Amino acid sequence: MNSMSDNAPANGVAARRSIDIVREGLAKRRNAEKRFRAYGFASIVLGLCFLVVLFASIIANGYTAFIYTNVGLDVHLDGQIIDPEGSRNSKTLANADYDELWKPALLAHFPEVTERQPKRALVSFVASSAGLVIRDLVVKHPELIGTTQRIWLPVDDSVDMLAKHRMGDEAELSDRNKMTLGWYEKLKNDNRIKTVFNKDFLSRGDSREPETAGIWGAVSGSALTLIITIGLSLPVGIAAAIYLEEFAPRNRWTDLIEVNINNLAAVPSIVFGLLGLAVFINFFGLPRSSPLVGGLVLTLMTLPVMIIAGRSALKSVPPSVREAALGIGASPVQMVFDHVLPLAMPGMLTGAIIGTARALGESAPLLMIGMVAFIVDVPTSITSPATVLPVQIYLWADSPERAFTERTSAAIIVLLAFLITMNGLAVYLRRRYERRW
Amino acid sequence: MEKSTLLLLIILLGIATHVWSSRTAKSVAASTGKKLHSLPGFYGYFTSLWCVLPSLLVIGLWSSLEGSVITSAVLHTLPTEMTATTPEQISLIVNDIKNVVAGSRTAEISPEITAAADLFKTLSQRSNLLLTLISLALSTIGVFFARSKIAPDFQARNQVERVLTLGLIGCALVAILTTVGIVLSVLLESIRFFQMIPITDFLFGLKWSPQIAMRADQAGSSGAFGAIPLITGTMLISCVAMVVAVPIGLLSAIYLSEYATLKFRSIAKPLIEILAGIPTVVYGFFAALVVAPFIRDMGANIGLEVSSESALAAGLVMGIMIIPFVSSLSDDFINAVPQSLRDGAYALGATQAETIRQVIIPAALPGIVGGILLAVSRAIGETMIVVMAAGLSANLTANPLEAVTTVTTQIVTLLVGDQEFDSPKTLAAFALGLVLFLLTLTLNIIALRIVRKYREQYE
Repeated sequence: MNSMSDNAPANGVAARRSIDIVREGLAKRRNAEKRFRAYGFASIVLGLCFLVVLFASIIANGYTAFIYTNVGLDVHLDGQIIDPEGSRNSKTLANADYDELWKPALLAHFPEVTERQPKRALVSFVASSAGLVIRDLVVKHPELIGTTQRIWLPVDDSVDMLAKHRMGDEAELSDRNKMTLGWYEKLKNDNRIKTVFNKDFLSRGDSREPETAGIWGAVSGSALTLIITIGLSLPVGIAAAIYLEEFAPRNRWTDLIEVNINNLAAVPSIVFGLLGLAVFINFFGLPRSSPLVGGLVLTLMTLPVMIIAGRSALKSVPPSVREAALGIGASPVQMVFDHVLPLAMPGMLTGAIIGTARALGESAPLLMIGMVAFIVDVPTSITSPATVLPVQIYLWADSPERAFTERTSAAIIVLLAFLITMNGLAVYLRRRYERRW
Repeated sequence: MEKSTLLLLIILLGIATHVWSSRTAKSVAASTGKKLHSLPGFYGYFTSLWCVLPSLLVIGLWSSLEGSVITSAVLHTLPTEMTATTPEQISLIVNDIKNVVAGSRTAEISPEITAAADLFKTLSQRSNLLLTLISLALSTIGVFFARSKIAPDFQARNQVERVLTLGLIGCALVAILTTVGIVLSVLLESIRFFQMIPITDFLFGLKWSPQIAMRADQAGSSGAFGAIPLITGTMLISCVAMVVAVPIGLLSAIYLSEYATLKFRSIAKPLIEILAGIPTVVYGFFAALVVAPFIRDMGANIGLEVSSESALAAGLVMGIMIIPFVSSLSDDFINAVPQSLRDGAYALGATQAETIRQVIIPAALPGIVGGILLAVSRAIGETMIVVMAAGLSANLTANPLEAVTTVTTQIVTLLVGDQEFDSPKTLAAFALGLVLFLLTLTLNIIALRIVRKYREQYE
């Protein structure tokens, strides 16, 4: 009683004081609150900015690779040059010297070019593959021989770059490039320049020449590799997940396997490449650079991801389903395969798609097993040498020609398109089949 | 018969057996009037397994042994003066023979080789024929043996399930085998490397120049294998990456989990996570094409000399890549902090920021630290960004504006191209792989243990 009355005035004073202290600091604390909030927001914005800059720079660099500049020349399909004997058989037609046809047509357009050096520069205005275009036309339509046709031929990649303004400011151009640009402007004024969809880029294999380099070889290599990866990692991953989640006894061994799988998921991908090199290539003697070895390495790499996703999908199936199945007399195996697995399948497939998308973008381990070789042919089997899309990007990124920068970015656009489709599919599957228990 | 056709045939046989035996089981049940122990399908599976498994086993064994047996048989028929040479020459001869068999080599073949190739061809054909006969016979015997067991009280389901469970265990063991494979392959080659180069030179050497002189008088090819510059280079780039990723990732996780409206969160979180799904080769290209020149020009503008392969550019881009990793892990852990802690802090009059800084972050700290350790391990093992944007020269420096090289870059440079598995240059890559594996393994184990412990704390 006594102590309370003693303390009462003191307490009142203290209370007043502390509320003052609180009020004094309040503005400061509210500012700190605002600042903290702003930091958080700013870092999200910064993260999104990085994303936008990344995409913008890739797209800005790459979209032009999907179009290509062509020049229209009035080519006289001289029977004397193509087929002097008039036999018209396909072998003669295929082996004729078609370069001799378009060169005069181009030179005739620029009568003022007479000296050797500029003439040579003028001839290199048109791509070295131009003869092949004319050949294909003549072989397909031999009746055109003897006539003069306006044929659209691809220009050289440096001219294409000039046309797309990718060589830098006009003032910085070399004399030769200025000269070429002059020719280009003249042809353009004569309506002899058009841009076409660059279907070579999507349909051809790799090449040293940017104008004939395409991604089809790499895309097929990726497809073959992924077929192996999915074919192996999906069944094995699902089986391992089922065993660990449903059947494995809880003991030291299964603990070890679990720790092991979690660790494997975090092992650097390049280490899997070393494993592939030492085991699959050196020990088992499987062919280097082949989609088979690539697929095996990627399988081992994606397996932990698949197992972890599979286990969480199995875990999300409620115990009541299991109990009901067991209750009506199913064996544990029947319970898992007939009741739990179908319910867990969408979740497992989502995990599998995400794992596969990661495997599609992976390149480091494939460098180790020789999938970086320069391969022109489109791979046809899982043992033929191949490369994959990300490695193709790596190879092109190293090439000095400017035209390859454009193609690298375009290949990245294609790769990202695949990845976005796959992840979109995963999101769709998850939304469509997700069940809340 | 080709092996692929044989495989297909046996699998088709298995399917046919399944249908046949299921029907048989049903009719047996009907004729005896007894109830079957298992569903008829299980009798079908039982016979299919007996049909397929033994022959698959034989085909597998046969294929792995066939090549070496035939080759040695063919080599024995060659004149002794051809085979009594070094192993390299023998492998050349074997190659020649195989080329002739494949029909890809026409010029300059000695008659012995042609004869050997013919023998090789006949032996292969015979071996294939023999394999076809044996496996088909095994399948048939298996089918009839299994069918003889079909009876109402035969426990087919238990047998099938036992095999199935064994298969499942086998699949789970693949994960263990992978680890064993990694450890063995990296360790064995590293031991060979350490027999050539003392381990102390490797671990404590300050100079890295793996080019070994072809000739003794060649200049500048000392062949020094000191890993210290590589490890410091890796650490430098990882540090830059963490300086970028940790604040941005952590702050955005805090904002997303504590401040953001549900709608903002549902848009911003997937967008940030796109950064994690972009292939690393794309980041590498971005670093080399956009970021490195940008930083170099910025440096030039303020009078700093920045290398065009600076650690800063590679680290910065790597940091961007790791942002979503840090942010989604931290997000999980912040969300796992119980609401009661927040309510307690608010009841004491703390502002939201104070609650976060003084209550939630300390409570979530172990988890966040674990997440950051995992991110560091990822940064150390990241390959493509550094291969494309960091340098190749092993400088021992702590200046992020200079070019450094990393462990992963060197592994790629040493192993891309032709390899000879007896030169220290190639083996050094495996030693570096061992270092990388041990480094990331330690980090992962510590991180996973912290994370696990933390999860248990609030569950």
